[in-house]
Amino acid sequence: MPKNSIGLTAKSWAVLRKDIQVEFRSRYALNAILLFGVTTLTVVSFSVGQKNLSGELYAALFWIIIFFSAMSGLAHVFVREEDAKTATVLRLTADTTAVYWGKLGFNFLLLSLLEAVITPLFLMMTDAILHHFFLLLIILFLGAVGLAGATTLIAAIISKASVKGALFAVLSFPILLPLLIGVINGTTKALTATGGVTQASSELQLLTSYAVVMITASLLLFEFVWEE
Amino acid sequence: MVWKIVLLVVMTWVIVGAFILPAPQQAIGEASRIFYFHVPQAWVAVVAFLVSMVASVRFLRNGNRLEDDRARVAAGLGLLFSLLATVSGSIFAKVTWQSYWNWDPRETSILILLLIYGAYFALRTAVTEPERQARLAAVYAIFAFVTVPFLMFVIPRVLPSLHPSDSIVDESGSFAMSLETSVVFFPSLAAFTGVFIWMYRLGRRVTTAERLRIEE
Repeated sequence: MPKNSIGLTAKSWAVLRKDIQVEFRSRYALNAILLFGVTTLTVVSFSVGQKNLSGELYAALFWIIIFFSAMSGLAHVFVREEDAKTATVLRLTADTTAVYWGKLGFNFLLLSLLEAVITPLFLMMTDAILHHFFLLLIILFLGAVGLAGATTLIAAIISKASVKGALFAVLSFPILLPLLIGVINGTTKALTATGGVTQASSELQLLTSYAVVMITASLLLFEFVWEE
Repeated sequence: MVWKIVLLVVMTWVIVGAFILPAPQQAIGEASRIFYFHVPQAWVAVVAFLVSMVASVRFLRNGNRLEDDRARVAAGLGLLFSLLATVSGSIFAKVTWQSYWNWDPRETSILILLLIYGAYFALRTAVTEPERQARLAAVYAIFAFVTVPFLMFVIPRVLPSLHPSDSIVDESGSFAMSLETSVVFFPSLAAFTGVFIWMYRLGRRVTTAERLRIEE
């Protein structure tokens, strides 16, 4: 339902660009998420050290780092609007759907950045051996889409609640569990010699359908959270 | 009134029948009698989730607070029954598999259900404004329900199951329950559903009364 001649894509892009600009003024979410990721990675690397663990364990550790880092920063995209009292202005000036796509895009970029920093560091600081680079790339992409798709709506819910910090992880975890199972199994296959893209087709199907379903459900439900 | 008497009779039969008839799974032995109580509890936990989701959808459509009361009461009962199912299942797991917890697909699913219910009430307590609380809780209930197909179809394929799968259907997928088991199991399913409906109706009235008293 475009109110004027500008299409939905352009509007979503405008919201995304605004969020990136605001983010670079303070770099709060970026700092929180990256520092949290690096800290957790150091703890993991320090405790497993030079022990030779199986690919399964490395995959699990890797996604635990990503999950908790994401939990530390992804809610910020909506909490910021409420804290700065800018939510009302955004509500008046932008389409509900465009706001959702913009925020989703922002969270996706944030997660991609996190993964781009953590993945090489993780491979360097542990003894994990990457056998299938391309598969890992697909898993990381689908994981970021799914994580952003499921948590953006939760972030919007959280921003309206009085307790924000701990609640975000509590609300997100049960919803993210199917995704976590998929990405951990997929990453295991990328870290073992016998794996490969053809071996991981069921994980890729699961992750793709999860992302599509969660984003569709979010689009339908978002207006009830956003509009008051 | 009549149905409550029927419920009393059926529930009495279930309790007596579960102990006097032969155990449903001879291979597992006496411990398998928990089947008569454990499966209906898990069933009610899932039904409550469904009721809560439907009421949440209706609340978002018409904004009637009565629907929110329904969603909240159903979620409360769902939390109770999923706890009961988890505990009874855990006891059974300890007896047969020597461990309270094995990350069996169904254990995983019920744990997620438990976490979702927990998160639902954590969210409710974190939002003070009643109208907003009702709306956010409804959105969360629906959003969480969307993940159910993934849990039902995906998790059993990834995690190996220890559950006695042949108690209701056999490996080929056809119905395989002995007559002696059926005459207790199906009444038990009906009786637990009846108890749920009774508790739900009482709870709904109490919740609505409390809400109206606060609003006055």
